[in-house]
Amino acid sequence: MGIAGGSTLLVGYLSLIVLIPIAAVAAHGLGLSLHTHSRGWAFWHWTFNSDFSGFWSNVTQSNSVHAIWLSLWLSISVAAINAVFGVVIAMVLVRDTFVGKRVLEGVIDLPFALPTIVAGVVFVYLYGTASPVHVNLYETWTGLFVALLFVTLPFSVRAVQPVLESFDGHAEDASRSLGAGTFRTFTSILLPSMLPAILTGFGLAFARAVGEFGSISLIAGGGLGRTTTAASLIFNLFGDGNYTQAAAVSVALLVFSLTLLASTGVVSSQFQRRLSQ
Amino acid sequence: MTAVIAPVAERTGGAPRDVQRRRRLPLRVVALLYVALLVGIPVGFLFGKAFSNGLGTFWHQITEPGAISALELSAKVAAIAVPVNTVVGIGAGMLLARRRFFGKRILDLIFDVPIAISPIIIGLSLFLAYSRIGWLGPWLLSHGIMIVFSIPGVVIATMAVSLPYVLRSIVPVLVEIGETQEQAARTLGAGMWRRLFTITLPAIRWALLYGIALTLARTLGEFGAVVIVSGNITQKTQTLPVYIYSAWDQDFNDAGAFAGAIVLAAISITVLVILSILRARERRLRVDIA
Repeated sequence: MGIAGGSTLLVGYLSLIVLIPIAAVAAHGLGLSLHTHSRGWAFWHWTFNSDFSGFWSNVTQSNSVHAIWLSLWLSISVAAINAVFGVVIAMVLVRDTFVGKRVLEGVIDLPFALPTIVAGVVFVYLYGTASPVHVNLYETWTGLFVALLFVTLPFSVRAVQPVLESFDGHAEDASRSLGAGTFRTFTSILLPSMLPAILTGFGLAFARAVGEFGSISLIAGGGLGRTTTAASLIFNLFGDGNYTQAAAVSVALLVFSLTLLASTGVVSSQFQRRLSQ
Repeated sequence: MTAVIAPVAERTGGAPRDVQRRRRLPLRVVALLYVALLVGIPVGFLFGKAFSNGLGTFWHQITEPGAISALELSAKVAAIAVPVNTVVGIGAGMLLARRRFFGKRILDLIFDVPIAISPIIIGLSLFLAYSRIGWLGPWLLSHGIMIVFSIPGVVIATMAVSLPYVLRSIVPVLVEIGETQEQAARTLGAGMWRRLFTITLPAIRWALLYGIALTLARTLGEFGAVVIVSGNITQKTQTLPVYIYSAWDQDFNDAGAFAGAIVLAAISITVLVILSILRARERRLRVDIA
């Protein structure tokens, strides 16, 4: 098998597992329906309809609007909070030395490796209605916050850590010897050089949080839909057989989150360009 | 101002050591508290709860027919998805790192899709492509191929979410080692496969193992995409994560859910240890590959 054969197989594989399905969900959400008929081996006997007004009415339903809005503001807040703690933890990991630092280093990655449903079970047990520590976060936004802070932590820390490691400290020494205090040295020397990495971490954490399902699926409960994020809503709509609205919410969520991701990417690369000038 | 440049001994931070230490302490306390509250306590409780009922209960739960069947399916799915995505990752990685071609940027982007998109949406998209009401479903079903609500769907969903990890682990290393050695082997008459197996793969072995470990972790833990595509059929299409979910949410079998969770947690902690060993050998490796 040569390069050509391999490339054909690769394109076929990616089409099977990613491209055709994503096209299907986009088309279904936007109201383009396509059906293959089952006569013979040829599957290009298809029927085609389009109804774009359906997309708009599905997305503007109150449960869709509520869920998408909840997902967006939760994910932005979670990514912002972890951006702050990510910098603190990365500073400690890079600059500090103490017994047990290696344990901290390993524990940071746990939320990445731990299956999300395992986190989900732990959180609904620990902070559920029968909480052994008497903290009941069942069906609350706080419960969602805790779960999302947990799953996004590694992204926020690991994005800034390499930048801090590459920093030799000469600029900080200069700043201090010129009389700047710790805070001023941090805000005027360290923070500007870390900002692109912080933004990258923010984007990664946001992307993870906005699509997260497993870790929040149990603690979110069901109830009145107050704690139903977009991912949970898509799951519920799927369960109800309302595939069209599920696909429409998926498309809307994708548009919003790709826009936000693209803007953090753009901001981050522009910033780097300005620094290098 | 007498001396602008501090003596070398005092360079690091410009302050005596004990002052530095005092300055670092608050940050250390904040970092440790945050990680302990957010990660340490929940994970500690998981292990405490799972074994509080005794090892006998754990063993009883994990050998239930439903749990055994879920364990087996998870192992089978991993046995297919991990090798396939390893081969795909190496192939696509070589293309991206070594060749220039039309659509290279798009190929690169496709590998970001599973990270950028919610697993729930990936599950829904597979359903809308291959189910009875989907694009290709009616045609596939009329030829006796059932993907959604059966094992092929579980495999495809798992392959989709674990697609990028091998590629994202090896490409930075492939780019950095360059192709001088491969070209030297070529001028000496080595064919494509021989170059791959004797030059390239040995050079990227740690990064490759790292990617495989990440793929395995993702494969065994995938829930969102699989719960949709599998149809959650007990003892048939339930992987271990889906089994845990239904044990907790539908069967109110807390002990069963925790027994399954502890198995997955133990596997992921083992993977983490392997990852940290590999990272010590290859400094370019990171967890947040995207």
